[in-house]
Amino acid sequence: MKPPKFRYHAPSSLDEALDLLATYGDDAVVLSGGQSLIPMLNLRLARPAEVVDIARIDGLGYVEAGECSVSVGALVTHRKMETDPEVARLLPMAREAAGLIGFRAIRNRGTVGGSVAHADPSAEWPAVLLALDGSVEMRSSSGVRQVDASDFFKSVFTTARRPDEIVSSVRFGSRFAGNWGFSEFQRRTGDFAVVVAAVACADSSDRSGETRVALAGVADRPVRCAEAEAALADASDPRAAAEAARDAFDPAGDAHGSTAYRKQLVYAQVLRAATQALTRRAGRRPDG
Amino acid sequence: MEVNGRAVTTEVDGRMLLSDFLRGVIGLTGTHVGCEHGYCGSCTVLIDGASARSCLMLAAQANGSMVSTVEGLADGEQLSIVQQAFKSCHGLQCGFCTPGLLMAVSEMAAETASSPSRDLIREQLAGNLCRCTGYHQIVDAVEQALGSTSRGPR
Ligand SMILES: Cc1cc2nc3c(=O)[nH]c(=O)nc-3n(C[C@H](O)[C@H](O)[C@H](O)COP(=O)(O)OP(=O)(O)OC[C@H]3O[C@@H](n4cnc5c(N)ncnc54)[C@H](O)[C@@H]3O)c2cc1C
Ligand code: FES
Ligand code: FES
Repeated sequence: MKPPKFRYHAPSSLDEALDLLATYGDDAVVLSGGQSLIPMLNLRLARPAEVVDIARIDGLGYVEAGECSVSVGALVTHRKMETDPEVARLLPMAREAAGLIGFRAIRNRGTVGGSVAHADPSAEWPAVLLALDGSVEMRSSSGVRQVDASDFFKSVFTTARRPDEIVSSVRFGSRFAGNWGFSEFQRRTGDFAVVVAAVACADSSDRSGETRVALAGVADRPVRCAEAEAALADASDPRAAAEAARDAFDPAGDAHGSTAYRKQLVYAQVLRAATQALTRRAGRRPDG
Repeated sequence: MEVNGRAVTTEVDGRMLLSDFLRGVIGLTGTHVGCEHGYCGSCTVLIDGASARSCLMLAAQANGSMVSTVEGLADGEQLSIVQQAFKSCHGLQCGFCTPGLLMAVSEMAAETASSPSRDLIREQLAGNLCRCTGYHQIVDAVEQALGSTSRGPR
């Protein structure tokens, strides 16, 4: 099918875009890479009156390293995250995740900001953001605010963003970024993952033993699993963490797999990601 | 926008898809449309050299860009190396998927320095579905094309 009728706006500055959103409110949608919005328009799952294309706004395409975090402009594409040497060095988990999103042509156009704003419960970016203590920066004509990833994702396709706000950047914490593991299961290369597991942990010298185990595909939004984190922090035991994660969720079954099957996938992905994270923490390279 | 090196200036409806613009407005029907939600890959074109689904782009989004379609690959009667390889390896049957594949492979050809493995080729082309060939000859064609070129789509 074809998109419904709408008015197309291509503002060249952020202020202009924010004014349009302030004027049209609920009637407007933001267009970034279009790799989720245009399918929804084609299927007429979305029928906005106004479409505000923000892709021509300068200054939202940066990757910038701070002291304990890395900021990524909303318009940075999945492909840039996959290929940028700074990302590979500072956020290796993000690079790994980026390469697993959709197909090459999708990654060329889809953006980090768009994925976060879209909030698909199986998407990679929200899980990575949660695992790395990330946050989302939003701007509106009345100001700017920063919301922790743990408060940003509310439900399926639902976030803390107001209709007059643009996601302007996301920030990934770099504190645990070196001790990471990432594993996901796709039915076919390029499909959305059924289950995603992202694990990050503090250095061995850090007595806090802090650990993050984030999962996508198990609930209506990306979630952390406290039970699995405790198992890793207390005993550095990936198997116990994987069992804890499997027992902690009852993902709804559908055509892509029953509840029991998904629980088994949670076990396998957490086991893999946690093992990778602990191996890297020990200064070794995980195999396979 | 510029399509295959030719400047195109016109006004379109906001909701006009790039795929419909190429096919219906400027008559370049080589770009095929299968699914219109990003899965089949038959509508793949290059935007400033990078592959994109023309069914997942508004024509207006391509404003100011260089669009390359399958019609721009050959130089007169002279097929591009990628096209020639598809022809000699029987990398097509009905040809529905072929324009999208040729564009995706042209992108690979422009950036792949060494000959990629068959597994890598399959992974890179996972977003282009073909209902006829069973993919073996397509992978053959890509191996041949990328083995004989190191730079540039030709
Ligand atoms: C075939 C296919 C396979 C895919 N596979 C995967 C996959 O495996 N994993 C995955 O994570 N994704 C996948 N995607 C989706 C893809 O990653 C999208 O790029 C992403 O979900 C949305 O980013 P976008 O820039 O394209 O946003 P758009 O499609 O432009 O927008 C998506 C939504 O977010 C809103 N929005 C966009 N940008 C902003 C902003 N800056 N501020 C506020 N609101 C905004 C829009 O209004 C819209 O509601 C796939 C898509 C396709 C077509
Ligand atoms: S028609 Fe565009 S991907 Fe199928
Ligand atoms: S040759 Fe028929 S779909 Fe590929």
